[in-house]
Amino acid sequence: MSSQYPGLLVIVPLLSALLISVAGWVNKRLCFPIAVVGLSVALYASIGLLLRVLAADPALDGGVVLYRLGGWDPPWGIAYYVDRLNALVLVVVSVSALLNLIATKNDVQESFSTKIGAFYTLYILLVTGLLGITVTGDAFNLYVLLEITALTGYGLIAMGESRAPLASLNYVYMGTIGACFYLLGIGYLYIITGSLNMVDIASILPGLYDSKVVLAAFVICMVGIWLKMGFFPLHAWLPNAYTYAPSAVSSLIAPLMTKVMIYVMIRLMLTVFTPEFTFSVLALKTSVVWLAVIAIVMGSILALGAPDVKKMLTYIIVAEVGYMVGGAWLGNRAGMTGSILHIANDALMTLCVFLAVGNVVYRMKGYGFDDLRGIFVKMPFTMIGFVAGAFSIIGVPPTCGFFSKWYLISGGIEAGHYGFVAALVFSSLISAVLFFKLIEVGYYGSGDAHHHHGTAPVSMAEAPISMVVPLLIVAGGLIAVGLYTGDIVTHIIDPVIAQTIMD
Amino acid sequence: MSEIISSVVAHYNYWIYIALMMIGLYAVIGKKNLIKKIIGVNIFQTAIILFYVSIGAKKGATIPIIHHGPGGGHHETTASVIEASQYMNPLPHVLMLTAIVVAVATLGVALALAIKVYNQYGTLEEDEILSRIRIR
Repeated sequence: MSSQYPGLLVIVPLLSALLISVAGWVNKRLCFPIAVVGLSVALYASIGLLLRVLAADPALDGGVVLYRLGGWDPPWGIAYYVDRLNALVLVVVSVSALLNLIATKNDVQESFSTKIGAFYTLYILLVTGLLGITVTGDAFNLYVLLEITALTGYGLIAMGESRAPLASLNYVYMGTIGACFYLLGIGYLYIITGSLNMVDIASILPGLYDSKVVLAAFVICMVGIWLKMGFFPLHAWLPNAYTYAPSAVSSLIAPLMTKVMIYVMIRLMLTVFTPEFTFSVLALKTSVVWLAVIAIVMGSILALGAPDVKKMLTYIIVAEVGYMVGGAWLGNRAGMTGSILHIANDALMTLCVFLAVGNVVYRMKGYGFDDLRGIFVKMPFTMIGFVAGAFSIIGVPPTCGFFSKWYLISGGIEAGHYGFVAALVFSSLISAVLFFKLIEVGYYGSGDAHHHHGTAPVSMAEAPISMVVPLLIVAGGLIAVGLYTGDIVTHIIDPVIAQTIMD
Repeated sequence: MSEIISSVVAHYNYWIYIALMMIGLYAVIGKKNLIKKIIGVNIFQTAIILFYVSIGAKKGATIPIIHHGPGGGHHETTASVIEASQYMNPLPHVLMLTAIVVAVATLGVALALAIKVYNQYGTLEEDEILSRIRIR
């Protein structure tokens, strides 16, 4: 059974998505349980895979779990490769998706009472796509799953408030162009290597590093993926799409989509085009880090000027994408460690703040700064979660955000790239300003600014317990992951980078 | 100069795909009408499909189905060696079947969204929509 985990990981959610769409016609109450079961199996399989990969002896088989779809051997068939890097991402994706599914149950049932079947079908298909992108070892298969994720994402985002369809349409344009660029890059790789299997390509490429075709393939793939992840100059679609999406969708897509794209970038850099090519043969390293610096600074400044809470958080995501791209491109161990660690941490903390905002929207019916007045009295538990997420984004020590930022900064110092260090510090300061402004409004801004005479106590209006508990679990997870950072780095991240050198 | 021309002629399939791609990209970025942008995205995808199909094709090659030799059905008699250059590479073509499906799905989603936008604002011109959003 456990040898089938990589297959189950994708096939069970896929089949449950089909079941949900049938259940949507027959009995709407069945949709949610099927979705929970599907994602629970995926979570079980991904944790099982992580444990198997951790137990595997790196000297014996490279510490990699290889799964042949349909029994075809690579490089002819599609193979799923699971090493420590994507096992970590798989667990992050399935945990976040399941917690978000449970946390947003009430909200979804009230907002989409007639469309529950469609909503959960798209939700589970999106998670299937994300898991598939992470687990696959085939470059073209990755493209197909990328488009599955994107198409379901467009649909989910368009279910939001009035401006959502337009935002989603803009996302369609940019997302499709991005995926096409990736496909084009894979085409060039296929011309020169005659293979689509990532490991196979990596074994053929070293003799071809001087080829212009390989260079073109690399750059085109990178541009496509940067478009998909909203790396600064290519981010224009992101803030609107994530802001106007329904809150249940924002808290699914915002933490996971960009992070999985960062994983794809790191996978291409480390496995397909080996670090030797990425950092030594190409002279792009420094310029990409400078691009990341611009992304971080601009993301933070745009967040300062954002008109409401959700938009502010989306611009923070733009800055966080800059963190991870910059860290990965620093080209040293600390930077790469920080970048990989930040994939997990940023997914959790983004999930945390978006879930909290989802709860606020559920009760206050809005996400403007005014809706937050006196929110600490009205929704104390939600705000505990929000503050934990905010502290993690700022980088306050016991939370996990501090540790990945620490690795990123030390990577920047080691590489002598002080612009990157300055940008990180600047961005942390800006997030501190942003979040303390929110906390001030929420804590001191009394319930109704208009009634000066009234000192009527603001009654508590906490979100239902099924929404608060998952949020608090995520908030606790932020601190737990922070405390176990050392273990994660030594057992999961270090071996990944050790396999592929660099220093 | 003649070198440039001959290289263009020799690789005309690549030039055509790049030209198509640029037309598509221009339409996505430069046009204000949402439907024209969707058409641009589609031209862009078609350019990539053309690229893939053309890299699988070979001059004078046939479809990749191996006949059982002149004897007809007898494996023993197929002594003739199979020349790879006589057959087209089917893999890129098969990949593009998937890409076509993706393109159709994208087109469907994009048109559905365009209908929603039209119902909401009564227009598909981007600048008119934006001015309507600002008025609200």
